[in-house]
Amino acid sequence: MALALSSISALALITIFIIIQGAPIITEVGMFNFIFGMTWAPSQGEFGIFPMIVGSAAVTVGAVLVGVPIGICCAIFLSEFAPVSVRNFFRPAIQLLAGIPSVVYGFWGLLFIVPFIREHLGGPGLSILAASIILGIMILPTIISISEVSLLSLPRQYKEGALALGMTQWQAIRYVQLPAAKSGIVAAIVLGLGRAMGETMAVIMIVGNSVALPQSILDPVRTLTTNIGIEMGYAAGEHRQALFATGIVLFIVIMILNATAQYITRRK
Amino acid sequence: MDRNPKISIRDFNFFFDKKQVIFDLNLDISKNEIFAVFGPAGSGITTLLRALNRLVEMTSDAKAQGEILLDGKSIYSENMNVTDLRRKVGMVFDVPTPLPISIFENIVYGPRLSGIRNKSELNDIAEKALREAALWDDVKDRLNIAAMSLSGGQQQRLCIARVLALKPEVVLLDRPCSGLDPISTAKIEESLIQLKKQFTIIIAPHNIQQAARISDRAAFMLLGHLIEEGTNEDIFVKANKDSRTNDYITGRFG
Ligand SMILES: Nc1ncnc2c1ncn2[C@@H]1O[C@H](COP(=O)(O)OP(=O)(O)OP(=O)(O)O)[C@@H](O)[C@H]1O
Ligand SMILES: [Mg+2]
Repeated sequence: MALALSSISALALITIFIIIQGAPIITEVGMFNFIFGMTWAPSQGEFGIFPMIVGSAAVTVGAVLVGVPIGICCAIFLSEFAPVSVRNFFRPAIQLLAGIPSVVYGFWGLLFIVPFIREHLGGPGLSILAASIILGIMILPTIISISEVSLLSLPRQYKEGALALGMTQWQAIRYVQLPAAKSGIVAAIVLGLGRAMGETMAVIMIVGNSVALPQSILDPVRTLTTNIGIEMGYAAGEHRQALFATGIVLFIVIMILNATAQYITRRK
Repeated sequence: MDRNPKISIRDFNFFFDKKQVIFDLNLDISKNEIFAVFGPAGSGITTLLRALNRLVEMTSDAKAQGEILLDGKSIYSENMNVTDLRRKVGMVFDVPTPLPISIFENIVYGPRLSGIRNKSELNDIAEKALREAALWDDVKDRLNIAAMSLSGGQQQRLCIARVLALKPEVVLLDRPCSGLDPISTAKIEESLIQLKKQFTIIIAPHNIQQAARISDRAAFMLLGHLIEEGTNEDIFVKANKDSRTNDYITGRFG
């Protein structure tokens, strides 16, 4: 109880602190200019974060496009086809994947993904695509474990009823089991979205960090998180406040995502 | 003796891993009859029904030996397509298993998967199946509500309708009325008696009275062995040849 209270109050304190630090600059430049401003030039007093919002959105959507199909396929394989021994091997292996520090993912991306993109697809390699692939892998454990649990917890009768009607196993999965497990899978996707959007370290290393609207997925971008991560070390005054304000925007988006996930899982 | 049985079970043995649950079963089931298989818990009745549409293969270490013939063709032979088999031999389970979609969708998704797209044709199929399962009058104005919002008895009739919509030849029912109220049970029994004109029905009844009420022929199983089979009258009216059947029917046992 005391622990729960203290962690909640710590969270509240952090929230209040971020708001106190960030709110003044938003009122000064105006909410609209801050969110939709195209120029981020702290030394000239220009604080527009729109390119970074686009960057975060692009990288997050990319991560979902990479991670969700693979993750759901893995979950289907583990819950429907894998023998118990394989399942017992993969479960802890997937948990392990979740425990790898993000800097290791970033480093791996820098060593393999970035050069691969540069050589085979063009551009600087440091790009939305690189970050999407790495983030897609990073959200796999979330997607796989939650989808697998929701598939496994379906009443056995759904599957048997479908098979008894002459469906093939694939049809049963496609038309009966996946739709029935939909709320769990959607929750997994939303949580994955939140995780991808909040990730910082791995993204800093591979996304290129240039503040400009991207023209293609091979272009570098900067995300909301990397903006804070890169500049916080030396920012002062209004610049520092603007980084906190970036944090507020991020905080709100992730809160909304998590609340959505909770709502979906509760609804059933 | 029926010379052209719909289903013919020959020297059938069934195992879960090393454990044998059906022993040397021989049984013929004729076209257009209601055949009841009854016995105490664990007699292998569910296993037998699930062997008839090969649903039992879902259990990984299940093994069948011997032969089951549908219209003279072995259902365990290699050129038998399981999907076709399951469309010919439909099954209704002891717990109603509607899918979490609307009443209408529950019925038509089977036909739709088999290629019927025409909306009015699907409507006709749904209406016919619902009428046959004695559910039409209950739901005709609300075909698009969630199937899960029906009562247990209605859900079970929906499951029957869903099977009928596939135009099967044989319908397997594993205790279709367990957990249902007497009125729903009576409705289901009535429609089964109507339905045997079109189908062959094999039922695991939920009690002996039900078997006696609706079956044309019946078989008594005990611990995986067929003890006795015969016409309704042989089994339920005359004093039985086998004392174990007698004891079970008169309630002295099981
Ligand atoms: N998947 C399985 N693995 C191992 N043994 C099983 C399995 N399913 C059933 N059995 C065993 O097979 C035997 C027959 O079971 P079955 O369910 O066919 O009996 P039943 O006559 O339908 O019984 P009930 O009246 O309880 O429905 C039982 O001893 C049961 O424990
Ligand atoms: Mg049973």
